[in-house]
Amino acid sequence: MTKVAIIGVGYSGYAPLTPHMSFKEMMFEASKRAYTDAGINPRTDVGSFICCEEDLWEGISITDEYVPDQLGGAQRAVCTVSDDGLVGLINGYMQIKSGLTDVVVVESHSKLSNVLSQGDVTRMSFEPYYERPFLTAETAVALEMRRYMFERELDDDIPAMVVAKNKKNGLGNPRAPYSAILSMDEVLSSPMVCEPLRKAHIPEPADGCSVTVLASEEKARILVDQPVWIRGVGWFSDTPWVSQRDFSKAVYAEGSSKMAYKMAGVNTPAKHFDFIEVDDSYGYKELQHLEALGVYTKENIKRAVEVGETDLRGPLPVNPSGGKISLGDMVEANGLVRVVEAVLTLRGQGPRSLRGAKHALVQSWRGPPTASGSTVILEV
Amino acid sequence: MESKKTLPGTPITGAEWENEVYSFRKHSVQLRYAWDAGSAVSGFLEGLKEGRILGRRCNRCMRVLVPPRAFCERCFRSTDEWVEVKDTGKINTYSVSYVNNDASRRDKPLIVAVIEIDGASPGMGFLHVLGEVEPSKVHVDMKVKAVWKPRDERVGAITDIKYFKPLEV
Amino acid sequence: MRRVAVVGAGMTLFRHRMLETGKEMAFEASRMALDQAGLDIKDVDSVVLGSAPDAFDGVHMKGEYLLDGAGGTRKPYTRVFVGGGTGVFVPIAAWWQVASGVADIVLVVGEEKMSPLLPHPQYAFWSIFDPILERPLGVTLLWIFSLEMRRYMHVYNVSEEDIALVAVKNKRNALDHPAAQLAANITVDDVLKSEPICWPVKRLDVSPTSDGAAAVVLASEDVARRITDDPVWITGVGWNVDSTYWTNRDLCYPEYLEKAANMAYRMAHISDPKKEIDFAEVYDPFDYKELHHMEGLQLARRGEAPKLTREGVTQRDGDLPINPSGGLLGVGNPIAAAGMMKIAEVFWQLRGEAGKRQVKKPVRRGLAQAWGDLMQVGTVVIMER
Repeated sequence: MTKVAIIGVGYSGYAPLTPHMSFKEMMFEASKRAYTDAGINPRTDVGSFICCEEDLWEGISITDEYVPDQLGGAQRAVCTVSDDGLVGLINGYMQIKSGLTDVVVVESHSKLSNVLSQGDVTRMSFEPYYERPFLTAETAVALEMRRYMFERELDDDIPAMVVAKNKKNGLGNPRAPYSAILSMDEVLSSPMVCEPLRKAHIPEPADGCSVTVLASEEKARILVDQPVWIRGVGWFSDTPWVSQRDFSKAVYAEGSSKMAYKMAGVNTPAKHFDFIEVDDSYGYKELQHLEALGVYTKENIKRAVEVGETDLRGPLPVNPSGGKISLGDMVEANGLVRVVEAVLTLRGQGPRSLRGAKHALVQSWRGPPTASGSTVILEV
Repeated sequence: MESKKTLPGTPITGAEWENEVYSFRKHSVQLRYAWDAGSAVSGFLEGLKEGRILGRRCNRCMRVLVPPRAFCERCFRSTDEWVEVKDTGKINTYSVSYVNNDASRRDKPLIVAVIEIDGASPGMGFLHVLGEVEPSKVHVDMKVKAVWKPRDERVGAITDIKYFKPLEV
Repeated sequence: MRRVAVVGAGMTLFRHRMLETGKEMAFEASRMALDQAGLDIKDVDSVVLGSAPDAFDGVHMKGEYLLDGAGGTRKPYTRVFVGGGTGVFVPIAAWWQVASGVADIVLVVGEEKMSPLLPHPQYAFWSIFDPILERPLGVTLLWIFSLEMRRYMHVYNVSEEDIALVAVKNKRNALDHPAAQLAANITVDDVLKSEPICWPVKRLDVSPTSDGAAAVVLASEDVARRITDDPVWITGVGWNVDSTYWTNRDLCYPEYLEKAANMAYRMAHISDPKKEIDFAEVYDPFDYKELHHMEGLQLARRGEAPKLTREGVTQRDGDLPINPSGGLLGVGNPIAAAGMMKIAEVFWQLRGEAGKRQVKKPVRRGLAQAWGDLMQVGTVVIMER
């Protein structure tokens, strides 16, 4: 079966507010960039379009009604994967692998600035009988954060160091609106939201749209000089019941990465990658995810942060883009946003210290209250 | 499948529901949004405020798109210019609604129609309601004209047009 | 491209309101499908769920909520969505998992619980419209379908009587379906005299709102050959979405469905669908839609479907049986589950397991189709013995 490559990426928005454009206009801008990057015409060259979004984040039911035109997808095979953008990309990968088509466009976006009731929307994702009466996104996160930090014997300063690192990484990324020089002390003195979760741990909402163009090996070699190959994919869900999870580990990240490693033939993840983009919500999630990916262990994760192994210039840069902490929370677009970052970095258009990087991993998580996530392994 | 006499599932009758024979948990929520209208629709709404219907032209396929959009979905390129179209048109299709959007009955039926606006490209229809006409008199291809709210009541919304009414009777 | 088979199917009752939660209904249908396939949940590599708007259940990210009921715990699990077309699209999304070699056994679940929304499930449909240009007019879902029905009637000179024949046929077919919500022996006159809702749509032209779930199991060729003597192959899949701007299209003919069908026909090497498709489960949330869809699928020429219906061609004992299950009009319309019911019906018919619903002529190849969004999406699956 054919190999699958990413041959074009595009983006727009990536800002706290985007009042000058509707979500359709934002998608049009991002997709135009991606098509130009890939050298394709969406009206003639694309076999399938996949969008990732959720109705209540859009404020429109059956929101897939409103996606085809601005992607060049009217009267074409268009569908919605109601999941993180990375899972959309994985479905595009499988469509090409199956021989169904040879070029697929994957899109995801966020217009969180338009959602005035963000807290109410999130609460509606909790199980209505047992969980919704008690839980909010913040309480669910804080429960897990507490248990994870307890089991790993982490002090408050460890998640704060992650936040500070990613805020700083973002300063080198022109697309990261929330990047900053922020000290660990500033994180630790930010207001307490729900112990041990502080305001500075929480990624800020952002608007934005990411588009990727995938192609079969044959097409990729014709169309572009520098295809980025998708070597492995995985997606996985743990139990939906918040209170029944093992808070000490990210089961979904473990499951999805095992699947991807098997496909890509990766045996020693700790040594395989030149850089990694993982979901870094609340600081501690970056650590929990790195453990689940088998890159660090519960014994050495703390030290890795303390000595700066995951810094931009460390032996294994994690979230060189600045992560969700710097790019902002773009809900279902989060995974695809990071694919765009990883692709640009693998092409040498990212941080200078990562020029020549050949192997990357992108991991995503759907956010509270889910325990669902995905992993993609990329290579040039 | 036929070997299975009864399929799984426990229906609840209307009476059981009304008498709350089973347990329910109720949750009421009002979700609030403020959708960015974007450049094309913003211009359109501004036009309505002035009593004008605006479209956008694509200079490649030369279609005039109403309601306007920033991009042409067929050519996949940005549209090029604003075009004022007429506030008259003809009925492409129509219906008479006896229910509200929560499925309750209306006191008075409402006539709804897709109207092909004069000056837009063929087939460029527009959803609105009809007034000053009996349902039995309406027909496909009937010529209609917009009835606007008074200038000082217009706010830049699709409802700045009260309804469309027949040009001929 | 690996061959993909359907090896089991299951469904719950379809009713206006069910005691079971969405999770529980998804479980019941999944369990039945796994039982028919002789498989257990541990055999399943991956789960794909289909469910229509979250607004019905009042649950955001409904796919995540339904996860454990659908058997997705600690597995690759996802949800796909193309409005009303979802039910026939879920097996397509599962098909490419198997065809690509990523999974061998995929559980496919369609679930819908419409009853929780108060005051009426119809209300959810208000929020499918453009918030700036359409919602302020008080638009309802019934408006747009009655506008489409009227246009279809006008262009092809189709009468309300012709359309009513579809409701009569499907509700009667449903008398033999154990899940049916609105099976009945009615006449054309009953339909014509039923209460007008949004003329030309009358009460008996429309399918009900429903709770229910349906599921199938897909398997790769080697697995299918191992576990069953009687696999049903998925030989064609197609889907297509038209422009959002539904008022800018001529509603008399569904071009997007023609394109979706052609995609599936190409894959299944079908050049003359009218001759090569033995029977079809086409989407019939309204009676006129069955006619409209037969034409889009090119099972009838444009404007010809009413004539075929009048002549009895589409009856269970006719030359081209359409909706032998009883369709959405008779069995019920829990949206994503309704499309999956059609997939299950094609599966049961091809295996000769449809009991009293079994079509008279021998069948080798069947088609299931669904439709949705703003009269905009067509999804098509072709299955063969």
